[in-house]
Amino acid sequence: MDSIISITGLSKSFGRRQALNNIDLEIKKGEFVAVFGPNGAGKTTILKIMSTIINPSRGSVLVNEIDAKKHPEKIRGMIGAISHETYLYDELTARENLVFFGRMYGIENNNIDEKVDSILKSVNLLQRADERAGSFSRGMKQRLSIARALLHKPEILLMDEPYTGLDQHAAANFERVLMSTGDSDVTRIMITHNIERAFELCDRMLIMDKGEIRFDKLKTEIESVDDFREQYLSIVEKDTDAEGISNV
Amino acid sequence: MKKSLYIAAKDLKYEFRTKQMLNSMLIFSLIVIVIFSISFVDVLSQTELVGKLAPGVLWVAFTFAGTLGLSRSFAGEMENGCLEGLKLSPIDRSSIYIGKTISNAVLMFIVELLTIPIFIVLFNYNISGIPGLALVIFLGTFGFVSVGTLLSALSASTRAREIMLPVLLLPLIIPVIIPAVMATGTILTDGGISSISSELRLLIVYDLIFFVVGQLVFEYTVMD
Repeated sequence: MDSIISITGLSKSFGRRQALNNIDLEIKKGEFVAVFGPNGAGKTTILKIMSTIINPSRGSVLVNEIDAKKHPEKIRGMIGAISHETYLYDELTARENLVFFGRMYGIENNNIDEKVDSILKSVNLLQRADERAGSFSRGMKQRLSIARALLHKPEILLMDEPYTGLDQHAAANFERVLMSTGDSDVTRIMITHNIERAFELCDRMLIMDKGEIRFDKLKTEIESVDDFREQYLSIVEKDTDAEGISNV
Repeated sequence: MKKSLYIAAKDLKYEFRTKQMLNSMLIFSLIVIVIFSISFVDVLSQTELVGKLAPGVLWVAFTFAGTLGLSRSFAGEMENGCLEGLKLSPIDRSSIYIGKTISNAVLMFIVELLTIPIFIVLFNYNISGIPGLALVIFLGTFGFVSVGTLLSALSASTRAREIMLPVLLLPLIIPVIIPAVMATGTILTDGGISSISSELRLLIVYDLIFFVVGQLVFEYTVMD
C-alpha cells in the first residue's frame, strides 16, 4: 500500500513546552490507526497539524504528496474530522447543518439535497432530518457528526476521542455506523483511551508520550489486548500515573 | 465570496431563530433613546438644540447596541466547537470574516431601521435627506462592524470577553464615530450630501482599510 500521510521531523512547541518532538510517521492508504497516550502526550496536536488547524514549528506533513504548509485548503478538503465536540449548530436542523457544511466543502447546490438525504439515511437519521440538532441525544449527535465528516467523501478520517460521552449502546452504534458509512479505502486515525474498542477496529496501534511515538505496531504483531495494555503501562507508568487508560 | 454569503445566511438563520443578539440590541437601543428623550424633555421643542443633540444620541444607541451584539457574534461558533468545524473546512479564513461581517452588519441595519422611527417620534423630529442619512449610517455601521467582527473573534476565546471587546473596540472606532456623528448632524440640519463630502471620504477610507486589514489578520485571531 502507498503512504497517504508522510510526516518527517515534526516538532511543535507552545512557548517553552515541547508538544511534539521530531516525529517521523508514515500512514498507508486505507489503514485504521489508533493513537493512545496520556493527556498532554501530543496526540491532539499531531492531529491538528495533520488537519492544518495549527502549523508545526519544524518538519513537514505531506498528504497525498501535497505539502500541508503550502496547500492547507487542498488538504482540508481531503479530510473529515470527528471529535468529542460535534461541530454542529444546535439551533439548525440536522439537514441544515449538513447542507451548510456541504456547501463549505464545495458540494454543488444541484446535488447537495440528494447527498444529504443519502448520508442521513446511512446514519439512520433521515426521519429526524428536520429536527434541531440541539434536541438530539449525544449518540444521535455523534452519528450526525459522522455524516457531517463523511458528506464530502474524504480520503482521511481523523477522530479525536469520539467515544467521549457515549454510553455502551451508543458507542457500539457509533462504531457500526462508522464502519459501514463511507468508502472502504478511507484512512482512519483515531485518538482514544478505549483500548478494547480500538483493538477490535484498528489495524495499527501507536502509543505517544511526551511528544514522541514510543510504540508503533500492527495489530497482527500484538498478541492480545492484555499484552497491549501491559506495554502501554510499561511505557507510560514510568512518568505518569497511567492516566487516560480505560477498559470501558 | 459565495462561501461568505453561505456563512452570513447561516448566521442570520441562526439569529432569527434564537434572537439572542437582535433582542438585546434592540432593547438596549430603545432604552437609550427613551432615556435621552426623558432627559431632554425640556429642550425637545427647540428644533435647533435637538438638531445638535440628535446625532450623538443616535450614535450612542447604535454603538453600544452594536457592541452588545458583537460580544455574542462568535458565541454560537464556540458552542460544540463549531468554529473549529469551520476552520477544518477547505475555505479561506477570510471567508469566515467576510461572512460574519455581513451578518453583523445586517443585524445592525435592522436595529437601526427600527430605532430611527422611534427616535423621530420621541424627539419630535422631522428628518430631511433620508438618502444622505442612510448613506452615513451605512458607512458608519460598516466601519464599526469591520473592526468589531475582528475584535469579537479575538476576544471570543478569552474569559473576560464581555469586558475585553468594548475595551479594545471603543478606542479603535473613534475615527469612524467622529465623522459619522458630524455627518449625521449636518445631514439632519440641512440634508445635503455635498456638504458632508469630507466626512464621507474619511468614512470610506476607514471602512476600506479596516475591511482589508480584517481579512488579512483574521487568520491569526482564530489560530489555535
